[in-house]
Amino acid sequence: MLGKTANGLFWMYRALERAENIARLIETGQRIALTRLGSSEDEWRSVLQTSGSLDAYETFYDEVNRDHAVDWLLRSKDNPGSVMSCISQARQNARMVRTGLTTEVWEATNAAYMVAKDSLARKVPDRDMPKVLRMLRQRAGMVRGATHGTMLRNDVYDFARIGTFLERADNTARIIDVKYYVLLPTVASVGSSIDNVQWEILLRSVSGRGGFRMAYGAQLEPRGIATFLTLDRRMPRSLAFCTSKILGNMNYLESDYGVRLQSTQMAEDLQQRFMRMSIDDVFDYGLHEYIQKVLGDIAAIGHQIEIDYRFYE
Amino acid sequence: MGDTPIFDEMNGMGDGIRRPYETFNNWFEGENPKELRAKQREAEELFRLTGITFNVYGRAEAEERLIPFDLIPRIISGREWQRLSKGIEQRVRAINAFLHDIYHGQEIVKAGRIPEEMISRNEAFEPKMIGVTPPGRIYTHIVGIDLVRTGPDEFYVLEDNGRTPSGVSYMLENRETMLQMFPELFSTNRVQPVQTYPTDLLKSLAACAPASAGDRPTVAVMTPGIFNSAYFEHSFLADQMGVELVEGNDLRVMDGKLCMRTTQGYKAIDVVYRRIDDDFLDPLNFNPESGLGVPGIMDVYRSGRLTIANAPGTGICDDKAIYSYMPEIVEFYTGEKPLLENVPTWRCAEPEALAYVLDNLEELVVKEVHGSGGYGMLIGPTATKKDLALFRRKLKARPSNYIAQPTLALSTVPIFTKAGLSPRHVDLRPYVLCSPQGINITPGGLTRVALKKGSLVVNSSQGGGTKDTWVLED
Repeated sequence: MLGKTANGLFWMYRALERAENIARLIETGQRIALTRLGSSEDEWRSVLQTSGSLDAYETFYDEVNRDHAVDWLLRSKDNPGSVMSCISQARQNARMVRTGLTTEVWEATNAAYMVAKDSLARKVPDRDMPKVLRMLRQRAGMVRGATHGTMLRNDVYDFARIGTFLERADNTARIIDVKYYVLLPTVASVGSSIDNVQWEILLRSVSGRGGFRMAYGAQLEPRGIATFLTLDRRMPRSLAFCTSKILGNMNYLESDYGVRLQSTQMAEDLQQRFMRMSIDDVFDYGLHEYIQKVLGDIAAIGHQIEIDYRFYE
Repeated sequence: MGDTPIFDEMNGMGDGIRRPYETFNNWFEGENPKELRAKQREAEELFRLTGITFNVYGRAEAEERLIPFDLIPRIISGREWQRLSKGIEQRVRAINAFLHDIYHGQEIVKAGRIPEEMISRNEAFEPKMIGVTPPGRIYTHIVGIDLVRTGPDEFYVLEDNGRTPSGVSYMLENRETMLQMFPELFSTNRVQPVQTYPTDLLKSLAACAPASAGDRPTVAVMTPGIFNSAYFEHSFLADQMGVELVEGNDLRVMDGKLCMRTTQGYKAIDVVYRRIDDDFLDPLNFNPESGLGVPGIMDVYRSGRLTIANAPGTGICDDKAIYSYMPEIVEFYTGEKPLLENVPTWRCAEPEALAYVLDNLEELVVKEVHGSGGYGMLIGPTATKKDLALFRRKLKARPSNYIAQPTLALSTVPIFTKAGLSPRHVDLRPYVLCSPQGINITPGGLTRVALKKGSLVVNSSQGGGTKDTWVLED
């Protein structure tokens, strides 16, 4: 496989994953605005922060409000991380790596792009917002489904999956990082209605409410939520889950290519040193510091993959 | 043209449905036009989803457009096709012999059949190819011969495309679309398959590999990149052949071989089917500004360790002044009379021809010798006074840049319109593969159709559409 193709696959799937995550973030933000719990401006600010685009946003807008924030995250061409930009980027990459994709995957990607382009051509009216967001999430799901159902399990698939899970881990880590303070074990605010809202937001933004209830019971409490998002091995968006998937696919590449590369070692290290800690260890280490460390490691692995598999040279 | 009767391939001269169309016509008469219109929209949706689009240059956002597809097939009988194939094969053999000759002994010049300056002063002549023999002695691995028709038995070659003929993906996707929309048509009509093209292409390219390649030569398709207007076709062909689609920045010359950067290091390529122009191939040997090519690729080529398809320097056979010599070229190299006719052509470089052209401009078509895509030409009968005056000036200023031809009464095939069937002018581009193992012509090709009533311009960049082209088994 060409290095360029591996690069294209990696970024195609990162972009798709990001598009879906941003759509989910917007849904969460909308939800908060509608239930009018907490301060809406603060929530949109933290949504923008989670998306990693608050600074860029502030160069375009003087104030944070719902209308601007939603438009920025959903449709803005000035925001390379908007849902529309991500889907365009995913499709652009898919065109580049067309020879590595099955017809089904290509068509699902192209269809996602056409639907997005069509429904995001103009500012989305409030009443259509839930429908549009749902549709976008479904379209991303269809690409994933086609990938799962039709792609040969070779290096093409490995790069696609590594891209997906690196992006997802990054996203989950950001979500926790922006809200880490509500998960800290403090005596004062536990059980207050503000915290309940914040915890709910955290779980919603990873589509994890149902899963949490099943695994940890109906009682929302910070320690359980922190565990669920970081160390849980069954939660498909937890840091541990994503890391083990990344490592798994890197191991497949290793056995396929017959060489052990530095990026695999780095993923192994992350798994060993950070994902095996208990939640008490995490709190002892410092939740914020832990997340920062994981974010840095994820970025470093991504960078090393580019070098190891000759994405650019 | 005006009053010249026009031959319609479905209805003849108005004397009843022609034989190849009989079965189709019976089917068509039983169909509900409303449902067919819905099918037409369905076809467009299919094209869009598959991504069969071409990029339009010169727009702010590289816009992707569909080439309109018309659902009425263009049907050719097996007998007609057989005659055409023989003529095409003869012509393509002659073109390859001609290319070898002009880059070696130039016997045809010595024999006085073509003036020396037609070759040496031709912009498309590539001095770096002098004395170079491509692996297998093949220059035009893939050729598209553009044909037009004026009557039941009258076919003319309009153009030879030996540089990088495009459009073959439309031939394949048009058929795919027809198969999906109207499967029943293919059980009542015995249509020869075109779907073997990608496999044939790979086989043909592999057969042209240099001696240094092993039993299973590595083939790659080279594209200028994702923003090229024909990118879809490049990726389509690479995908269908199961080979890598490379760009200049994936390639590098290492140890005297052309290599591509893979996830596991550099890997040698034996045959490159390049879809970029000669000029951009090698910044060391050609255009130093080219960011698309590979420094040193021509040196590998000249050392005989790489096949470039088509060979650099083949563009000269697309030249419209050279075209006018094609009957002589065919005779010179094959010793036979040409089976396919040329359109009579005035070379404006010759004073008498120029005088005739200037006197009869209103009835002629004038083309630039290096032009393509239907640009830079004048169609006398439909031109404005201003255009005619402009071309008079151009012809006088640079006569050797132009040729002129009579306006042919191009045949028509009906298209499906809101008002039912309506005749439109068409041309045909069959695709030809050459290798030391022989010449392979896919039964079918790309039919381009001028969608505007009366228009003779079929180019997709100027409002043309396409049709599925059927060659029947008789």
